[in-house]
Amino acid sequence: MVKNFFSRFYIGIILLFLYAPIIILIVLSFNQSKSRAKWGGFTLKWYGELFQNDDIMRALYTTLILAFVSALIATIIGTAGAFAINSMKKTPRFIMMGVTNIPMLNADIVTGISLMLLFVALRFSLGFTSVLLAHITFNIPYVLLSVMPKLKQLNPNTFEAAQDLGASPIYAFFKVILPDILPGIISGYFLAFTMSLDDFVITYFTKGPEINTLSTKIYTEVRKGIKPEIYALSTIMFVAILILLILVNRKNADKHVPIRK
Amino acid sequence: MKKLAVLLIALTLCSAMLIGCSEDTSEKVYVYNWGEYMDPDVRDQFEEETGIKVVYDEFQTNEEMYPKIKENAVQYDVVCPSDYMIQKMIEDDLLAEIDFSKVPNLSNIDQTYLDSSKSFDAANKYSVPYCWGTVGILYNKTMVDEPIDSWASLFDEKYSGNILMIDSVRDAYAIALKYLGYNINSTDKAQIEEATKLLQSQYPLVQAYVVDQVRDKMIGGEAALGVIYSGEAIYTQRENPDLEYVVPKEGSNVWIDGWVIPKNCKNKENAEAFINFMCRPDIALKNFEYITYSTPNKAAREMITDEDIKNSTVAFPEQSVLERCTTFSYLGSELEAFYNDEWNKVKSGTN
Amino acid sequence: MNDTKPKLNPSSDSGLMLPHTNRIKLLSFPYIIWMAGFIIIPLVMILFYGLTNKENSFTLENLAAIAEPINLQALGLALLLSIISTVICLILSYPLSIILNNIKLKSNSLIIFIIILPMWMNFLLRTIAWQNILEKSGTLNTLLTFLHLPTINIINTPAAIILGMVYNYLPFMILPIYNVLIKIDQDVINAARDLGANTLQTFTKIIFPLSLPGVISGITMVFVPSLTTFAISSILGGSKILLMGNVIEQQFTLGNWHAGSGLSLVLMIFVLLCMAILSKYDKEAEGSNIW
Repeated sequence: MVKNFFSRFYIGIILLFLYAPIIILIVLSFNQSKSRAKWGGFTLKWYGELFQNDDIMRALYTTLILAFVSALIATIIGTAGAFAINSMKKTPRFIMMGVTNIPMLNADIVTGISLMLLFVALRFSLGFTSVLLAHITFNIPYVLLSVMPKLKQLNPNTFEAAQDLGASPIYAFFKVILPDILPGIISGYFLAFTMSLDDFVITYFTKGPEINTLSTKIYTEVRKGIKPEIYALSTIMFVAILILLILVNRKNADKHVPIRK
Repeated sequence: MKKLAVLLIALTLCSAMLIGCSEDTSEKVYVYNWGEYMDPDVRDQFEEETGIKVVYDEFQTNEEMYPKIKENAVQYDVVCPSDYMIQKMIEDDLLAEIDFSKVPNLSNIDQTYLDSSKSFDAANKYSVPYCWGTVGILYNKTMVDEPIDSWASLFDEKYSGNILMIDSVRDAYAIALKYLGYNINSTDKAQIEEATKLLQSQYPLVQAYVVDQVRDKMIGGEAALGVIYSGEAIYTQRENPDLEYVVPKEGSNVWIDGWVIPKNCKNKENAEAFINFMCRPDIALKNFEYITYSTPNKAAREMITDEDIKNSTVAFPEQSVLERCTTFSYLGSELEAFYNDEWNKVKSGTN
Repeated sequence: MNDTKPKLNPSSDSGLMLPHTNRIKLLSFPYIIWMAGFIIIPLVMILFYGLTNKENSFTLENLAAIAEPINLQALGLALLLSIISTVICLILSYPLSIILNNIKLKSNSLIIFIIILPMWMNFLLRTIAWQNILEKSGTLNTLLTFLHLPTINIINTPAAIILGMVYNYLPFMILPIYNVLIKIDQDVINAARDLGANTLQTFTKIIFPLSLPGVISGITMVFVPSLTTFAISSILGGSKILLMGNVIEQQFTLGNWHAGSGLSLVLMIFVLLCMAILSKYDKEAEGSNIW
């Protein structure tokens, strides 16, 4: 009993730690006062003004498109790469994995700066495309590393069996291999999506004046006082994701036998 | 599975098209301005009236702005640096001469400010004054027990942890140099080093080094004293009536920010149209009411309806205050680097 | 799902051998080109800038700049704070992962959701929220005053930065550890018990060694971003505390690309060195346990 109580207490403390700032942000989104330092009474007006604020809406739009497209392209390149690397001999495989690990191990600031230097040297104007290229670059390893373990677990016999039973290699690929590695691809995609959504440093160094993601927008606003509309926006996003995750989770829980034994 | 693949491809194409559509080819003007230094409505109005799209970007210090222009990574059309930085950019041959036949609204600018601009732009060829002001102390009346009138308070241990110092090299050194009784454009390394010592002794007393953040923190009562540009004072007083702005008796810096056009700009005519628009009395007034920085636009000043603000000594200080103040001038790249190194020493807390 | 079981595929050396291997190798072209263009070449750029001066002639000055007291202090402080944060993260995460592993939940994805969920709120915003909580007249102190307790003043000190780092990167420590723990075969633990091992022995001899890959990848994922951050230190440190990331960022905003690249290079070498040391402990270094 004591142990049980302690466990719960501990989880509670950690969750409080993780969620305290989020509660603060949600509370601030209802704060009448423009300054975050004082409470001016309850209001919903920031939610209304949010949709009038072109700058923020544009930043949101850019952020989502960026996350969506970069994760997608990274998933395609990364999955293809995973197949190829998986079938390589030991030495080239080792080199490839080493290169893949660079953006993951390297500091964001170094990755961002190195890409900026490249774009500037090529006289490539900094803007949406440069940020997109940068995001794809740091997303690929996440996809690759999600897909690789699944590929390693594949049983090659099923693929051969399918072909023995008369399936064409392409058909066998879609029917036998893809379903097995799909969870890896999907989790790679979502991982990449999340990373792109949350990235600040690399975007900060590779962006031009024309675009802002939510992160860079917020960073410039940190200095001069965050607009309460930003709090409203993040509250909406948070609640939306919460609902989405609950729905997905419930559906999964109905369908699946518990994953662990 | 095929359906999924098709769906993914379709979505990619759609988003690619969305990106394609958002890159319109209409006329643009790239504006690079200080943070929170223009009413967003003014930008919208400019877009509506001229059909020129404003691409707007912000910087926090002159030093941060300069390399962006110099390195040519981004081609801005209109930039708003301060006095000494304009001088530096002229000397480094980064600015284009403004074609004043395209800026007829210049006549609204008070001649006084054009004259004082000559200290950094000798023939008034490269810049058009946008805002001006002083640097001073904003203090919270409830948190100090004496009238603040000297920079000395910023170095007073009594206020340890209650001081917000400005995070901008020239402004910080201007304060230290003025307090020590030197010229804010000092070129004497011994004097600068003495200022460094003073600023280092201040380091433990400072709560944070800030620029734009000082506003929110002072409104929230986070600190007793903060170094601030005069234009922010009216806004903060509106939000928190306990706050008071003072230009210390030792004197301070008086600055002018002006619009300039970099040589590598892409849309010079649009830039001139934008500058002209900013000089229009109704626009200057609208801007002034939003950002509350003193405007050099005499026609706009006459249109101010709020008597308190029209006669505010914060927005429009008396001559006696201005006589104590000095304008920055550019000191050359070697001294500039020296100042930067010294300032870094201060901020890192090493001795 | 079960990685700890012996691999079905004996040729783990070369992975799954699909037919038409040569054609499959073609799949790697986009990847290789991408990696060469956007990872290798940019690093060469940093190398180039870091080893040259404004006149484009070779110099080691930019690298040597690390020996200046300001930079050395920034690196030392960054190292110290990130090590402390990593250790705190580990101390907080390991018991949590064990507890979570012991609670038999219907689905472990729920736990992962709950821990990842805060990450969907922008990390800068969450850090700003901490500023709000920790400020002199912030939420925490208001609460403490209300309870007649002494107030805490840690904003703009290294302690606040550590808190920010721990907060931001804690999920990166919890998830890999939890992920390896749930995969440990219960039979192995039972076998150890049957053979007479007590709880402590089971932990030190069985559970901890088996969870090591998760711990290592957790350490990597917390240590590297904390070592190199500049946003957390500038928001929670009030620009009073300069870490390595801040120094580099400052060099770039002031336009000193060569000096900034030199310092980045030093930082990169430093990170890679730390990782090389760590990976000695990680036999299975193919990152299969990131999440």
